[in-house]
Amino acid sequence: MKEVKMKPIWYFVGLILLVMGGIIFLNGIYLLYSPPITQKVLSVLHPDIWWGGLMVLFGGMMFLISRKQTIE
Amino acid sequence: MQTIGLSAVDWIIILVYFGFVLGIGWYLRKFMKNEEDFFLAGRKNSSWVAGLAFLSANLGALELLGMVGNTFKYGMFVAHFYWIGAIPAMLFLGIYMMPFYYSNKIKSVPGYLKLRFDEKTRVLNGVAFALMTLLVSGINLYAMALVLHTFLDWNWDVSLWASALTVAGYVGLSGLMSAIFTEIIQFFLIWFGLFLISILGIIEIGSLKEIISRINEYSAQVSLTTLWSSSSNPTQNGMLISWGGIVLGLGFVLSFGYWTTDFLVIQRAFSAKDLRTARMTPILASFFKMALPFIVILAGLIAIALSIDPHSGFRLLQDGGHINYDSALPLLIARYYPSGLVGLGVTALLAGFMAGQAGNISAFNTVWTYDIYKSVINKKASDSHLLWMGRVSTIVGVVISLGTAYWAKSFPSIMDYMQAIFSWVNAPLFATMLLGMFIWWITPNGAFWGLIAGMSSSFTMYMAVKFNWFNESIITMSGVHSDMAANFWRAWWAWVICAGITVIVSLFTKRKPKEELIGLVKGLSKENFDKPFPLLKRPEFYAVISLIILVILNILFW
Repeated sequence: MKEVKMKPIWYFVGLILLVMGGIIFLNGIYLLYSPPITQKVLSVLHPDIWWGGLMVLFGGMMFLISRKQTIE
Repeated sequence: MQTIGLSAVDWIIILVYFGFVLGIGWYLRKFMKNEEDFFLAGRKNSSWVAGLAFLSANLGALELLGMVGNTFKYGMFVAHFYWIGAIPAMLFLGIYMMPFYYSNKIKSVPGYLKLRFDEKTRVLNGVAFALMTLLVSGINLYAMALVLHTFLDWNWDVSLWASALTVAGYVGLSGLMSAIFTEIIQFFLIWFGLFLISILGIIEIGSLKEIISRINEYSAQVSLTTLWSSSSNPTQNGMLISWGGIVLGLGFVLSFGYWTTDFLVIQRAFSAKDLRTARMTPILASFFKMALPFIVILAGLIAIALSIDPHSGFRLLQDGGHINYDSALPLLIARYYPSGLVGLGVTALLAGFMAGQAGNISAFNTVWTYDIYKSVINKKASDSHLLWMGRVSTIVGVVISLGTAYWAKSFPSIMDYMQAIFSWVNAPLFATMLLGMFIWWITPNGAFWGLIAGMSSSFTMYMAVKFNWFNESIITMSGVHSDMAANFWRAWWAWVICAGITVIVSLFTKRKPKEELIGLVKGLSKENFDKPFPLLKRPEFYAVISLIILVILNILFW
């Protein structure tokens, strides 16, 4: 039977940032068109959109780089 | 108490995190083939993995709620915990002490005490460390419950048990490896989840300069925005301490006692694949440690600046008539973060607490299994039995720390509780380690009785002040002082007493022969532990860079 090799930690870090960043980014887009009644301080800057986007970029890069790597 | 609601998206983010950490524990369990895999993650980690885990193991409740709350209470002096109170010790560990630890292939710090001194010193330290770890683990649970209570209005008991069971689940499945994996995930979640607060706080108030000038205007007599320039007179800084207390108590004893002897963090370096990697572990971590004040101290200063502005609407929570300093960070999240980001901020806090607790539990199960169970109770235990014992002690450790969490609730702020505990155990241990590693004629009996004297005197000083047996100013040598200042000074005196008794007893008791100490004491060892490396691969090179950055930061915020 083929031995399963362990994925590096960077694979999991990339994946979780990608997933969380994606949810935050998409929710930010939704809130842009359907703003909540109670606004947070500086909500006009839409930090969820650019911060979520940054997480998608960073997480996506880590995920892509490490997806084929394994630990000996 | 005021609570902050979560939207469905916030809940999804939190559930993604819980699913991830439990999934990682499940995924890694098939790679746990023997007890070395479980307790030391197979000794195959790179310096990046070991270094980030080394830092993150310390990045629990302390660095988040506690430090932001303490910055609100004491001002910028709290940054000393990250700079002089951490970096020199971390570099000293990497350069001078790690070769002794790693080259002897020990599985724990008490294991070194057995080789250098004897079994009784090892067991004494093992028991003290196990107790301390469970107490500190309790504080992580307490902090976690505070977040869940504040944000979700969960019942305290439900919060404590939910968090504890998750940690027991993934550490019990895969030991140190899953603790390290979740610690590194936590590191990234903390940066992405909390650094945005500093950015938005600066945007709202105007600039860092404006934040400092508002605080200075409000608190003209007592400086809350300097590191050293107000340290000559304790009445001029928020922590009510002089530079002597900072340098001797925090910078020397507490810092070196924690970073160079606390198995919780050092265990991560033991998981490194070779000696150079192990030495690079704390050195690499030092760069990230120095950056953390840009999350926690800055958030604390922003909280002060907002709370002194009557138009900001920002006020810390009150608990039974007392200010709840630890509520500063959750309230900043609630102020700035829209739904989705609130979930990320809460997850970052939860990740910090859970990883901090997992770190304590994984260190506890190792010390219990090797330094107490195998050393005293079952000397002939097989490897598979030790692996089973590691899993059982994980569950037992989590249950005991649930009890200590309720005790932590009675302290006015998290950091005061933590430093009190460290001053009982780590401060005297550092004296034993320093003397044992650098002076060959220190004897096993000297180390044992020195440790007993140091730990008991520190605890006695704590109790004496708490129950008014004598005035705290005898310890702090000052008419004014804070709880934190007392912790620093108590640590210093515990170190002095431990070192003094160790030396005196060593002068009159039997020494170990020099040939038994080769590789354990500086000067008696085969000095070249490691092969020579080119400059850019040498740990010393990076240690010097780290030191230069430390000096620059201290001058910038003098």
